[in-house]
Amino acid sequence: MIVTTVAQEQNNKLHPLKFTLWVAIASIIMMFAGLTSAYIVKSNFSGWRTMAIPKIFWVSTVVILLSSITIYLALQKFRNREMQKYRALLGTTLVLGLLFIVCQFIGYSELWSQNVRFKGSSGAGQFFYVITGLHALHVLGGFVAMAIMFLRSFFGKTKSYSAVPVEVMGIYWHFVDILWIYLMVFFLITA
Amino acid sequence: MRDTLNMQPEIASHEVGHLEHHVHHHKETFITKYIFSTDHKMISKQFLVTGIIWALIGGLFSVLFRLQLGFPDHSFPILETVFGRWAEGGKINAEFYYALITMHGTILIFFVLTAGLSGTFSNMLIPLQVGARDMASPFMNMLSYWFFFLASVIMFSSLFIQTGPASGGWTAYPPLSALGQASSGSKAGMDLWIISMALFVVSSLLGNLNYISTILNMRTKGMSMTRLPLTIWSFLFTAILGALAFPVLLSGLILLLFDRNLGTSFYLSDIFVAGQALSNEGGSAILFQHLFWFLGHPEVYIIILPTMGVVSEILAINARKPIFGYTAMIGSLLAICVLALFVWAHHMFVTGMNPFLGSVFVLLTLLIAVPSSIKVFNWLTTIWRGNIRFTPSMLYAIGFVSFFISGGLTGIWLGNSTIDIHLHDTMFNIAHFHLVMGVAAFFGMFAGVYHWFPKMFGRYLNITLSYIHFWVTLAGAYLIFWPMHYQGMAGMPRRYLDKSMWVSFSQFHALDAMISVVTIIVFLAQILFVFNFFYSMYKGRRCRSMNPWGATTLEWTTPVNPGHGNWVGKIPEVKRWAYDYSKDGRDFILQTEGPGENESVH
Repeated sequence: MIVTTVAQEQNNKLHPLKFTLWVAIASIIMMFAGLTSAYIVKSNFSGWRTMAIPKIFWVSTVVILLSSITIYLALQKFRNREMQKYRALLGTTLVLGLLFIVCQFIGYSELWSQNVRFKGSSGAGQFFYVITGLHALHVLGGFVAMAIMFLRSFFGKTKSYSAVPVEVMGIYWHFVDILWIYLMVFFLITA
Repeated sequence: MRDTLNMQPEIASHEVGHLEHHVHHHKETFITKYIFSTDHKMISKQFLVTGIIWALIGGLFSVLFRLQLGFPDHSFPILETVFGRWAEGGKINAEFYYALITMHGTILIFFVLTAGLSGTFSNMLIPLQVGARDMASPFMNMLSYWFFFLASVIMFSSLFIQTGPASGGWTAYPPLSALGQASSGSKAGMDLWIISMALFVVSSLLGNLNYISTILNMRTKGMSMTRLPLTIWSFLFTAILGALAFPVLLSGLILLLFDRNLGTSFYLSDIFVAGQALSNEGGSAILFQHLFWFLGHPEVYIIILPTMGVVSEILAINARKPIFGYTAMIGSLLAICVLALFVWAHHMFVTGMNPFLGSVFVLLTLLIAVPSSIKVFNWLTTIWRGNIRFTPSMLYAIGFVSFFISGGLTGIWLGNSTIDIHLHDTMFNIAHFHLVMGVAAFFGMFAGVYHWFPKMFGRYLNITLSYIHFWVTLAGAYLIFWPMHYQGMAGMPRRYLDKSMWVSFSQFHALDAMISVVTIIVFLAQILFVFNFFYSMYKGRRCRSMNPWGATTLEWTTPVNPGHGNWVGKIPEVKRWAYDYSKDGRDFILQTEGPGENESVH
């Protein structure tokens, strides 16, 4: 309540929530920067084990890229008040998001069966599980938020015409997408 | 003194109609008002009270381990009565001692001086001083407190488990923190420590995001960045530092959690425990230190920057003079904030670091002396020839400057890698950081509490108790920490349970005993403060003036007990900067007042 009234009172260029999200993204970037630089430092130590990235992660890359496109289109439809199409596209994004996490999970079990485990001497695999696992958690967080948004678009008591929540969701979703691309490239180069 | 504290009786009588007025936004029950509150003022009080409780616990721990350090041969039967097997025969045992020092550091650094300090003042002052009805996201703000509360509950419960709380030092260095078999405190206590700290990071991130976006997006009309009070600038830089540094600690802790529980080798390599070789290989304990200190060093600025802002504000108000060098103050805050991110390795000079790399960190570290000196110089010139009112908050602000100087100077010693090799992990180091960020930050915090107490609770703290509290704490803090420099220069190590077997340290027995006695006295003085705080909350002298200190900033244009939304009616517009004191023959000019016709340049 307060947020919206204050936002109207003060004529802002950038909505506070969107700005907050950008700062949060900076924070998340710092976390992954910390982890990937730890990886680089560690890869020069003795006993380092490399790994091969299973093919399935290419599938998840395509899936998350597609979901970025669908949420972009969903935002367009929301702005044009085409609610049916908006819901359909948001739903598609949700399914793709879930598919991404499933793909990741399949990838992990494939790695696990290739004997890339937690225990024992350090290596790319241990980092891979932690870093991409954390990324998957961030995707899952976005998924939950999006699911709530999706349900609200059906059962919401109040009708909202503000595109801000959808925009915020979109920015976050594109971010986890780009983050995944970065991680994928990072592991392809270094592992 | 009574008179000086009741500065604006005419405003009081003028506005008295407003004061009883209460703004009702929505129906408030006990739960929505005091527990799950989204009002930034209530959340600020929640942080403050939780912080006070933590400070008492952390302070009590220091009293306990000082008993051991000051009187290693003495037995205190009461300790056994209270702590049982942790203090068998009335003597604190080794595991307990290490748990005490670890928790003392963790509690005071994170739970009191980070959450308790930023949580209190950023929440209280940001919306009030920038002219906003609440934070950018009041809901996230509430979550921030509740994550902190959850972190507190977990950390607190870790004190009571059978194997005891974490005891490998507040820095949680592996392998001590990574291997459960290393010590009893490295078992479940360490896991709880990590989980609690992870929640703490989430809490501080939620808070920091809110602070940044509120400051940058929700300022009232006319409140340009250069019209902001310095408090807000310091909160902004604190929040930026926190948002960038805490996630790196989180990543370090996640890796630690994996090493502890899933057998990974991020930090562990070639380790033998009780003759058995562990399977870990290729890990590096130094990696954790890098990740830890990348937060750990900015952390000390996260602690000290908010108090710098608070002190700047209080010094100007109580010297009735504009702050000296407003732009330089902002510039030096920025410089400290940037440098803070690039000096972490000065905590690691003795880890076998390449000396050439070390020299870079020496240079960057010593550079921090420049902005710090600018700030000290500006504080001193602000009160120079001022019309000083020695209110308790002013005394604490001056005390802050004193401690910041005496603790900061030894930073130049420790920042030099060559001297650091001798002084590393000695009592000198303890003296340095306790003065410069421990006591100084506490003084800034006390200054803030004394100054904004009327805004928080509509009452004043008791003056006599405040003065007793101040003088005992000031004298006590110097008596405790000053002698530690000499101990450290003589090579006395920190963290040791009992040093009586070294003949070279026997000259310090009496000194250690003196420090311990003073610690107890200072602790009692803090209890006096806590009593004063809670007593005055309900029974203190009522504040009848909207602007009891004659300050210029926006929080003093709200009613004495502002409701949720802060201002009755419209948010005031800002027409000038925050430091027009003693200008053109007027004592002070509120920020909301437009430029006068014949006014000199503003």
